[in-house]
Amino acid sequence: MVKLYDGRLAVKIAGVDWVTPITTGSGTFGFGLEFTDFLDLNKVGAITTKGTSLLPNPGNKGQRAVETPAGMLNSIGLENPGSEYFLKETLPKLRKYNTPVIVNIYGHSVEEYAQVAEKLNVDGVDMIEINISCPNVKEGGLVFGTDKNMAAKVVKAVKKATSKPVITKLSPNVTDIVDMALAVEDAGTDVISMINTLLGTKIDIETQKPVLGNVVGGLSGPCVKPVAVRMIYQVAQKVHIPIIGMGGIMNGADAIEFMLAGASAVAVGTANFVQPDIAEKIALEMLQYMNRKGIKNVTEIVGKAFR
Amino acid sequence: MKRIVNAKIYKNIQLNSTVKLMEVIAPEIAAEAVPGQFVNVRVTKGITPLLRRPLGVADVCVPRGSVTLIYRVLGEATKILADLQKDDSISLVGPLGNGFDITAKRPLIVGGGCGLAPLLMLAKFGFGNGRADLLIGGRNQEEVAYWQKLYQGNVQNIYTTTDDGSIGTKGTVMAELEGLLQKDYDCVYVCGPVPMMKAVAKASLDANKKCQVSLERYMACGLGACLSCSCEGIGKRLKVCQDGPVFWAQEVREW
Repeated sequence: MVKLYDGRLAVKIAGVDWVTPITTGSGTFGFGLEFTDFLDLNKVGAITTKGTSLLPNPGNKGQRAVETPAGMLNSIGLENPGSEYFLKETLPKLRKYNTPVIVNIYGHSVEEYAQVAEKLNVDGVDMIEINISCPNVKEGGLVFGTDKNMAAKVVKAVKKATSKPVITKLSPNVTDIVDMALAVEDAGTDVISMINTLLGTKIDIETQKPVLGNVVGGLSGPCVKPVAVRMIYQVAQKVHIPIIGMGGIMNGADAIEFMLAGASAVAVGTANFVQPDIAEKIALEMLQYMNRKGIKNVTEIVGKAFR
Repeated sequence: MKRIVNAKIYKNIQLNSTVKLMEVIAPEIAAEAVPGQFVNVRVTKGITPLLRRPLGVADVCVPRGSVTLIYRVLGEATKILADLQKDDSISLVGPLGNGFDITAKRPLIVGGGCGLAPLLMLAKFGFGNGRADLLIGGRNQEEVAYWQKLYQGNVQNIYTTTDDGSIGTKGTVMAELEGLLQKDYDCVYVCGPVPMMKAVAKASLDANKKCQVSLERYMACGLGACLSCSCEGIGKRLKVCQDGPVFWAQEVREW
């Protein structure tokens, strides 16, 4: 493993070495290659890809994103070129970097999740992240991530289909996040990532209609940060697996806050759109904090807010 | 190469009651930008407005190292831009996207509103010696007069239409386009409101002229990552920010 920053930011997540505790939020960093003009991918802890499905998906119609106070709503509709394309075109390019690759996957049925996980169970893919915030088309369209039993079924099926460590990405749009976290832990997920976007709508007062073609979108950016920190703080005290924390991280201070709340690593999402070199920059800001506080290794602060 | 540049404002002047022209010092972008490309502008160091705003490069001055942007003061972000003073700085990401094809022998440029900004760069640097002709459309004289001035010397003939007939031919650009398409232009370049681009593209293709359009879609990253601006092409998805914003008219299936 390459040693960066004297190994002070190095973390091990489910057996996978990251040079920094920073990955990228799925859907906010493309496949990483879009950002090579701005940062050195080798200095990013891990690259989490755009959500990938078995087959290509054109995504939603109409306007897909809109800015909101200190954040944005998106309803891209999980557009992606599909797992075949990813394996043929994207993965070979990503393999030129040392950075672990986390492929975010989704499906519309338990079987489809398993199929895409199996297909991506290849060299060069280091971890699998399951997006459970998708509707179960076979069973009335209820979102997997809002039902404990369905979420657990997906986790079990994916675990069976892959030999890679599995990260389950929790939806915040639930009544009891701890309950959900315990359910996926129990089902065997190796890591939890949280939070996915919060559901929201924006209405244009001139046209008097919703702005997004899909009406409902996922809210992200600094405006969701306190919600994410609260949920991580609650979940971290109950589960025994690592958490990758995300939700509005814009700088080193935010990343530190998430780790204090109990995250073992963090993901930078919407901030990549604003400052494309941010995933590398945050590492340096975290080091400054650590120097100021006399912290040798970043792992020392995980969960410190409740310990 | 795309880069993030902290750019000092050289000037920020009013063109009419709602449109301003900003010249910023960004030598790397000035040296590399080609006509049709854009920059993504962050108007504040704070978190509101959060996202950058894509603006077409309207002009560059390589000796001065400057990039010119023209924008309508419309929402929160452009109001902040409008208030910035000389020597204030803003962050730009660019140059982004792909430029226009500049192989046309007899180019006709058609535009309306701030769509005329990237076309100005095309007229000036894509077709040297003012080789192109220009057709401007707008609501009234106030909306087109400053464009006529900006393009003066950068094109041969300027044709103008206004909705109210206060200057030029009364009507949309279509009122003049039909006649112009009889001439020997080999390529039409259009940027403006979607109905204008659609109509101009269709008429041009019908008249067997090549046609390039520069699309504007809501975008967050400008880098091909967020897929906010993706649209349907022929047999594949197109990202306006990365595959465009300039497309051959027949490539676009979803406006």
